[in-house]
Amino acid sequence: MSVVEEHHLFEPMIVAFCCNWCSYAGADLAGTGRMSYPANVRIVRVPCSSRVSPNFILRAFQRGADAVVVAGCHPGDCHYVSGNYHARRRFSALRRFLEFVGIETERFEIHWISASEGNKFAAIMKDVTDKIRVLGPNRKLRDVR
Amino acid sequence: MRRIGVFVCWCGTNIGATVDLETVMEKARQMPGVVFAGDNKYMCSEIGQTLIRDTIVQERLDRVVVASCSPRMHELTFRKTAAAAGLNPYLVEIANIREHCSWVHKDKAEATQKAISLVRTAVAKAARNKPLQADQFAVTHRALVIGAGIAGIQAALDIGETGFEVDLVERTPSIGGRMAQLDKTFPTLDCSACILTPKMVDVAVHPKINLYTYSEIEAVEGYVGNFEVTLRQKARSIDKEKCTGCGICYEKCPSKVDGEFEEGMSKRKAIYVPFPQAVPNVPVIDRENCRWFTKEKCGVCKKVCPADAVDFEQSDQLIKQKYGAIVVATGFDLVDLDEFGEFGYGKHPDIITSMEFERLVNASGPTGGKLLRPSNQEPPRNVVFIHCVGSRDKSRGKPYCSKICCMYTAKHAILLKEKYPKSQAYVFYIDVRTAGKEFEEFHRRAVEEYGAAYLRGIVGKVFPSGDKLLVNGVDTLSNQTVELEADLVVLATAITPRRDAAALGRMLGIGTDGHNYFVEAHPKLRPVESHTAGIFLAGTCQGPRDIPETVAQAGGAAAKAIALLSKETLLSDPCVSNVNESLCTGCLACLPVCPYKAISEKTITEKVHGQERRRLVAEINNALCQGCGACSTACRPGAMNLLGFTNEQLLAEVDAICL
Repeated sequence: MSVVEEHHLFEPMIVAFCCNWCSYAGADLAGTGRMSYPANVRIVRVPCSSRVSPNFILRAFQRGADAVVVAGCHPGDCHYVSGNYHARRRFSALRRFLEFVGIETERFEIHWISASEGNKFAAIMKDVTDKIRVLGPNRKLRDVR
Repeated sequence: MRRIGVFVCWCGTNIGATVDLETVMEKARQMPGVVFAGDNKYMCSEIGQTLIRDTIVQERLDRVVVASCSPRMHELTFRKTAAAAGLNPYLVEIANIREHCSWVHKDKAEATQKAISLVRTAVAKAARNKPLQADQFAVTHRALVIGAGIAGIQAALDIGETGFEVDLVERTPSIGGRMAQLDKTFPTLDCSACILTPKMVDVAVHPKINLYTYSEIEAVEGYVGNFEVTLRQKARSIDKEKCTGCGICYEKCPSKVDGEFEEGMSKRKAIYVPFPQAVPNVPVIDRENCRWFTKEKCGVCKKVCPADAVDFEQSDQLIKQKYGAIVVATGFDLVDLDEFGEFGYGKHPDIITSMEFERLVNASGPTGGKLLRPSNQEPPRNVVFIHCVGSRDKSRGKPYCSKICCMYTAKHAILLKEKYPKSQAYVFYIDVRTAGKEFEEFHRRAVEEYGAAYLRGIVGKVFPSGDKLLVNGVDTLSNQTVELEADLVVLATAITPRRDAAALGRMLGIGTDGHNYFVEAHPKLRPVESHTAGIFLAGTCQGPRDIPETVAQAGGAAAKAIALLSKETLLSDPCVSNVNESLCTGCLACLPVCPYKAISEKTITEKVHGQERRRLVAEINNALCQGCGACSTACRPGAMNLLGFTNEQLLAEVDAICL
């Protein structure tokens, strides 16, 4: 199979952790507004972006996720006052770690999506999917199964 | 082995048309632990809920997965359904196959595959759900209303009437808000002050309403039923108890500044009451403009005050109070006209906003109700009104319709003609929107009886010419340019939320939309509630609206607050953090990340190899914990776990997604 063909057939698996108050509501709004985005995205609902442990992200990569997105309220707008600040610091460290172990940083993104930004949610999911389609599957951390 | 039931909702055609639900059910039956999969056209309907209840009993289900709309919509509904069948409500999981699947994907095969994956994820999580018990906590029987315009006044009166204590907080020195500035109200033309001031007095004398004017919200803590709010009562420099409201002080005060209440169209003193009917009728010293505070000279007011009420030493006071419910009614501002150079606002005194027109035509306003041109104090003959200044303007202003401008401009045209029968009103409009009781009739009267000339089109430029104003516009119906000579140009300026609405929203923990209007919990079904339990919205802080709608919404918000306050206790959300003491090492990394100070340290005694040992562990205060889960992530030994979103549950979800 040629590289081109493989890329053509490749449908990435993208795990998105969305906080209940902003980003999950934003994803709901994308639905209410019928703003379509690729079906490659699977959302895990968490109360706050600070609930997302780096363990979950590493586990997703190990289980074969091609990209992980963490989405939370805009800085300053966290439903739990300061959760997204903790998330921001934690994940900027995690990004460096992923880079260190040889995972392309494009595979891990963090975004701030408010409850009124359904279009932003759809646009980001489309953008991430397109990027990973070009980048190809995640092989580095995937379990040998 | 679990006994999980999967219930798939068609939502009419909303889900059923895009997702092959037969396949979803077939696949669901093969998932680990699933013993039943069924469907219904509308799972939230009585028939659908009965199906769930009956199946729980017949199939002895111990977990329920409902594949339907967003959990933000119906999670509570299905939890109650499960509880009615004797199942712990927290054993229910929702797979969101509508908002996150059928509504955003068009390809049926793709959508079906994703729906199966979403159901598998929910099944995996549900299998690890544990029964949770909600705690009870007491409710503080006191309400806070922020903003004392007509919305806040109405909400405070409605809550006070039921016997609960209400604190009404207003930033300016007097209650009344925007409605106090208006002259007449559409479509009945009854005088705004005549219907508002009796309500203001009712508030002032009400035994259950405590008025805090010239006060602002400093900090908000706590949660539904037990908010803890700090108010800053700014120094009025007047002893309220001693002041008799005689008014000698502001008669004698020598410093003059532009009056906010008069929209800067006339002067007020540095010691002032904003308007004659102000409640409370106690002056305030504007320290930025008072000679005593700026130059340490003068002190005339103190000398002339017969009651010795002037107190230059007064300082701001911080008041802490607990509340069960909060009603937010902060009202509106007008859009900044700097961006709209073509209308020439600020370049000529005869180009004014509609709010300034209200003051000019008002009997207690700067011209005593004579409606004179600000430039030369002469009666105007030709008046041009321009609709949608900043409204329905995507590029510079606000994309939304300000809703009230069509009607108040018709009112202004009528008031103008009544004052000066020889005058002529010209109105430039995009559309005339008169949706409301008696609104269209009122607009027709302005046109037919009062001869207002309506021109469909936009104004390109307003500029002075001699002592008149020239208005250049286009009449888009006849496709001709129009040039009008006007004595007065009135701009129907877009309304916006208060400039600091977003900051207040952050303090309260309630969301704002792209324009900084507060967001309601549901646009149709929960229009007076915010996303934060116990905080309700009333009036124009939520979106543009007129007085009757504002009053109705304020009554609705008050009713919601009363329903909350009349409960003795509330059930807490049991999704709080939990410490596994046998794993906790007492490192207390969880302590600094908790925004609610819900974590403390405690010493436990345990027996190890027959010896008593004391060691430190973390402890959670369930009443304070709001369930964000920051501590669970920060915990090093994995002792902290957020119930409802445990590590096991979330990892199971990740595994199920990546299968």
